[in-house]
Amino acid sequence: MNINEVLRISWEAIGKKKVRSLLTMLGIIIGVAAVIVMIAISAGTEATISDQITSLGTNLIFVSTSFTRMGPGVSGGTQLVYDDATAIADSISGVTGVVVEQDASETVKAGDVSLDSISITGASPDFKTVRAITVASGRFFTYEDVTNKKKVIVLGSKLAEELFGSAAPTGQSVLVNNTRLTVIGVLAAKGTVGEVDYDTRAYIPISVMLQKFAITPFSRIKGDTIRMVFVQVDPKSNMDNVILQIKILLAKRHNVTLASDSFTITTQQDIIKTQESTTAAFRSLLAWVAGVSLIVGGIGIMNIMLVSVTERTREIGLRQSVGATPNDIRGQFLTEALLMSLVGGLIGAGVGVGGAWLFGLASSMRTVIVLSSILLAFGSAAAVGAFFGFYPANQAAQLDPIDALRHE
Amino acid sequence: MDAAHTIIETSDLTKTFGMGDANVVALDHVSLEVKSGELVAIMGPSGSGKSTLMNILGCLSTPSSGSYILDGENVSNLNKVQLAGIRNTKIGYIFQSYNLLARTTALRNVMLPLIYDRSHKHPRETWEQLARDMLEKVGLGDRMGHQPQELSGGQQQRVAIARALITDPVMIIADEPTGNLDSRSGEEIMKLLNNLHLQGATIVIVTHDPIVAQYTERVIHLKDGHIDTVVHNGKNHHLPALEPQAQAESVAA
Ligand SMILES: Nc1ncnc2c1ncn2[C@@H]1O[C@H](COP(=O)(O)OP(=O)(O)OP(=O)(O)O)[C@@H](O)[C@H]1O
Ligand SMILES: [Mg+2]
Repeated sequence: MNINEVLRISWEAIGKKKVRSLLTMLGIIIGVAAVIVMIAISAGTEATISDQITSLGTNLIFVSTSFTRMGPGVSGGTQLVYDDATAIADSISGVTGVVVEQDASETVKAGDVSLDSISITGASPDFKTVRAITVASGRFFTYEDVTNKKKVIVLGSKLAEELFGSAAPTGQSVLVNNTRLTVIGVLAAKGTVGEVDYDTRAYIPISVMLQKFAITPFSRIKGDTIRMVFVQVDPKSNMDNVILQIKILLAKRHNVTLASDSFTITTQQDIIKTQESTTAAFRSLLAWVAGVSLIVGGIGIMNIMLVSVTERTREIGLRQSVGATPNDIRGQFLTEALLMSLVGGLIGAGVGVGGAWLFGLASSMRTVIVLSSILLAFGSAAAVGAFFGFYPANQAAQLDPIDALRHE
Repeated sequence: MDAAHTIIETSDLTKTFGMGDANVVALDHVSLEVKSGELVAIMGPSGSGKSTLMNILGCLSTPSSGSYILDGENVSNLNKVQLAGIRNTKIGYIFQSYNLLARTTALRNVMLPLIYDRSHKHPRETWEQLARDMLEKVGLGDRMGHQPQELSGGQQQRVAIARALITDPVMIIADEPTGNLDSRSGEEIMKLLNNLHLQGATIVIVTHDPIVAQYTERVIHLKDGHIDTVVHNGKNHHLPALEPQAQAESVAA
């Protein structure tokens, strides 16, 4: 029997019962759409997180005091301090930048304008290069400014406009929580990267931040205690070697053994990998959920195909009487089940892609439509159709022609 | 076609249903012969085994014992696939209840057997023309695009006859083809079958209607599964053959 003929017969059979066929496909449609939407959401979340990680800069090493060593009860000797950061920057080759960063939220005033809850970032000067920030006018603060605890401030582009309107801010002074700071520069617009809006905040030397604003339990014990150092490494140099050098340096500076694990050193790659394995686990969970819904859809197809075989018993008998073999009959019903799940898969893919897109528009969550998820969902729909179509098709093929023709 | 050519030859055809003591002997040692070009009627009371015999002659089932030679080929012990092939190429069926595919045009219904033709005697491009020719032949040239629910019983049976003819079978098997029709439509169907017979077709027909039986040359009476009597009507040349043109007119009227 010609394949075109089989397809035509199956297609017509589906078309003759449109509503029923659509209802039968519903399980598959929902299953396939669910896979695509859920994977789009998880891929979107993953992309957002990895954006956040990479927005810190590229080729980074994160150095921090080991979690178990932190806290007021611990002797100050093994806590990361600001001088550790400068030591790393000065003495380790292959390091292109070191960022120490501390955020605070303060009231900022300039003339009559007063703005509440403005994010202030205290940072080391390398912040500019590591985060790839461009200064539009004036300058960014330097190591000198940090060392001398100069009361200077650099404004994000939007913040500058809100505070000073069209007037040139450079040289003016602003009050940050009653501390007077001189504006030395305004950044070019950068927008939001990894959920940090670079344009609406202000930047001050880390030393000023630690002294004036970030009164944490740690900094009270020792004024320049910091939580984390971001070290940017030259891509051409050996990452592992740089890590080792940092370990040796810190051990020496804090008088601890190399094996003491007082400091935690992680690379950006490690974090991305951990993140990826977490989302991979999440995705495989989704795959199972979707798999179950596809099986439910498949059972729906089997159910309707069994009904259809019963209803069309006389038709089967007639086809047998004019020469259809058991294989012809089996092929016809199998094709019908397969076609139904493929069409369901196609509709489901459309609904899924559209749904993921709409979800991305309507919610604050990002969605990324993954091509492989469409193929996966579609492929499983076909497999489900073939698997669950086989039993009814076989029932049809085994009918006796005379019994089938006599069927009422 | 060679007039002496034997189409059906059965000997001691027996069919029993069930097993053990509850056995029903539906056919009991039936031996008969039908020559090419014959129009034979099978009559008998209800339950006498007419349909059972027709099913075996039509290769829809196989005998419990005895042999059946169809067109020179022993078909008593063929498997399902082989029987399907024989049904497709050698036999044209006409059922009491027409058995057309619902919501399918007359043309498509007539083409149905060709789909299952594994010898690929007719290329696919020729199917439609072939089906048109068959519908013309049964006087339905103007109803090709109609679906069964848009046709009268007599017209539906004509479509079924066209379908039976399309594979150019060696014989036509009809189990009470006029059973669902009023006398006028039934008579038209019988005239059509008789016309086919005059053109050389071999036809075996089961009927309850003595008027229908009049059209045939030989009437085999069954009783309790065996052949009771055989009546020879002689060649019924007194019936005028209907021209395809005249048939079309009578249907259109
Ligand atoms: N599948 C079957 N199982 C059991 N018995 C059967 C079966 N088919 C037919 N019979 C029996 O075989 C006998 C002959 O049946 P058959 O259908 O051939 O009769 P018939 O001559 O066609 O009758 P009618 O004129 O009513 O159509 C009947 O007694 C019937 O009950
Ligand atoms: Mg009968």
